[in-house]
Amino acid sequence: MNNETLVNEPARVIAMYRKMLVIRAFEEAAGENFFAGNVRGSVHQYIGEESIAVGICENLRDDDYLMSNHRGHGHSIAKGAHPRAMMLELFGKEGGTSNGKGGSMHIADFSVGMLGANGVIADGCTMSVGAAQAIKLLKQDRIIVNFIGDGGINRGPFMEALNWAKVYELPVLFVCENNQIAATTTTRLVTAGEGIAKRAESFDVPAVTIDGNDLFEVDGTAARIISEIRNGSGPQLIQAMTYRLRGHFAHDDAGYRPAGEAEAALKNEPVARTETWLLENGLKQDELDRMRAEVDAEIAGYVEDAKQAPWPHPSLAFTDVQDVGAPNVPEAAR
Amino acid sequence: MSEMTYAQAARLGLQEEMRRDPTVWALGEDLGYEGGMAGQYSDLQAEFGEDRIVDTPISESTIMGAAVGAALAGTRPIAELRFSDFAMCAVDELVNQAAKARYMFGGQARVPMVARMPIGIRGGIAAQHSQSPEAWYTHVPGLVVVTPGTPAENRGLLKAAIRCDDPVVYMEHKGLWGAVGEVDEDDQSETPLGVARIVREGSDLTIVSWAAQVGVAAEAAESLAGEGVSVEVIDLRTLWPWDRDAVMNSVGKTGRLLVVHEAVRVGGFGGEIAAEVAEELGVPVARLGGERIPIPFSIPLEEAYKIKADRIAARVKAMLA
Ligand SMILES: Cc1ncc(C[n+]2csc(CCOP(=O)(O)OP(=O)(O)O)c2C)c(N)n1
Repeated sequence: MNNETLVNEPARVIAMYRKMLVIRAFEEAAGENFFAGNVRGSVHQYIGEESIAVGICENLRDDDYLMSNHRGHGHSIAKGAHPRAMMLELFGKEGGTSNGKGGSMHIADFSVGMLGANGVIADGCTMSVGAAQAIKLLKQDRIIVNFIGDGGINRGPFMEALNWAKVYELPVLFVCENNQIAATTTTRLVTAGEGIAKRAESFDVPAVTIDGNDLFEVDGTAARIISEIRNGSGPQLIQAMTYRLRGHFAHDDAGYRPAGEAEAALKNEPVARTETWLLENGLKQDELDRMRAEVDAEIAGYVEDAKQAPWPHPSLAFTDVQDVGAPNVPEAAR
Repeated sequence: MSEMTYAQAARLGLQEEMRRDPTVWALGEDLGYEGGMAGQYSDLQAEFGEDRIVDTPISESTIMGAAVGAALAGTRPIAELRFSDFAMCAVDELVNQAAKARYMFGGQARVPMVARMPIGIRGGIAAQHSQSPEAWYTHVPGLVVVTPGTPAENRGLLKAAIRCDDPVVYMEHKGLWGAVGEVDEDDQSETPLGVARIVREGSDLTIVSWAAQVGVAAEAAESLAGEGVSVEVIDLRTLWPWDRDAVMNSVGKTGRLLVVHEAVRVGGFGGEIAAEVAEELGVPVARLGGERIPIPFSIPLEEAYKIKADRIAARVKAMLA
């Protein structure tokens, strides 16, 4: 592992490692509860990519913004959204981040600057430059991070937003999580040119490509670039190479992948890699085991809470639509 | 009181709101030097600077999407799309993001933005610059839809739209840019959203209309008055929410409803009003709207599309016969 760029004191690494464990355990629980019939809809798991969200968000302030995409659980947890409220949301329960009105693809926590996951690929790009424009207008020193997948780079809004962010020199960090596949399509086969970094550079947006599964490389790169952006560098892009260990969503067995590919990728997965570093740097296996057991118990508790939590009252379906011209609540839902 | 055009009145309303609230700003193509298609932004960049009257690239998705993001991040943007036809490049950002963010996020967010997208026939700009798609947006939960009809109301309703915490689709009619009317500059109040205006009182039949078509309906009512037919004309001003009380009260009194709009009749918003009135009052209802054709270019063809006063008058007489 490359630890040159990092201030990798063990306490900091342990904190990041723990966050990765929380994301991993959350995603495993989300998948299990999907199959148990407790969670409906599309559950896009972030398993195998945890180091990216954690390494980036570790370098953000609470008041910085984050705009996520459909695979947003990891981003949300890393930015500080509470996994309990998120689990309740996945279950569609009252007390969820949106009281069950959004579900997996619409998790948000504005209190920690997490401005929303998004069900429409690449729309976060245009919204991010807008939020950055607000930051500029209000003379704040926040920045915004926009997460996008490799598949998203072929939508127009990505190209528009890169151009826009550079024209107005906005404080945006685009992070492309390149897991090389978009749903069932190998991105390389449908992408002309050399891809994401080259596209950013063609707009004079500096781009770096890193090993996204290397927590220290993500952390070190993010520390440098986020500080540059905060100091007025204008937009930049990080392409974090990674691998989606599971299917596109929980109910996808990824049968379209060459046999053995995912198994081979396991040796490179970020939780195990960070664990190896910790063991090599003085942590004991039983300490790691204890941490994992704690995290697993924490998430299991949230699953239990989510099972017990009340359903939202049907009348909630009719609130928070709009102030002017708000809908009536039908008799049956009162 | 001073006389000004519909475009000048909108400019005044925007200027007043930008002076009042430093978080109000506008973004769109050609707002600075050109001052907007009809001068509705003229000289505002000189007063407020390039960060508040932002000249953008030709990137409609981002004009709309950036407005959503900027609204989520604590400002009140006005996204200028120039033509409702071009706004179609950004329907996703308006419908999937602006309209739903508050709901999807369980009330954590508000999207106080105005999507300004002029509608209607101005004369000779044909099929991709003349449409009236206002009904589309009335169908979308979360959006407010406004269609100002006079200079004073274009100022007052724009103020209301800017102050509103919901995303507002603001559809000025291009044929009205030069229309002149009285504006009381001392009156800083907004024209309330969702409240119709009785343009003319009458007792035999109610005509409901909006935007430029209101003037044509009033012209028809005037000529009918000469023949002893008394028509009440209502300008809805806001399509969502539409002023149900005003319409029901009026039709309750006159006993007949005719909705007239420039937009294509099929799937037009007139159908919604006619159906609601028929369900609630059980009285005769009818609609007049454009044929289901693209807006043509040549003068006689474009004229053939329009709903003229004589056609409205004939329809009223047929309903009363
Ligand atoms: C505009 C739009 N088109 C298509 C989809 C369906 N869709 C959801 S996720 C996805 C693949 C996205 O791939 P990528 O951006 O690489 O992210 P990843 O899933 O690999 O994290 C697709 C096609 C969508 N949600 N939005």
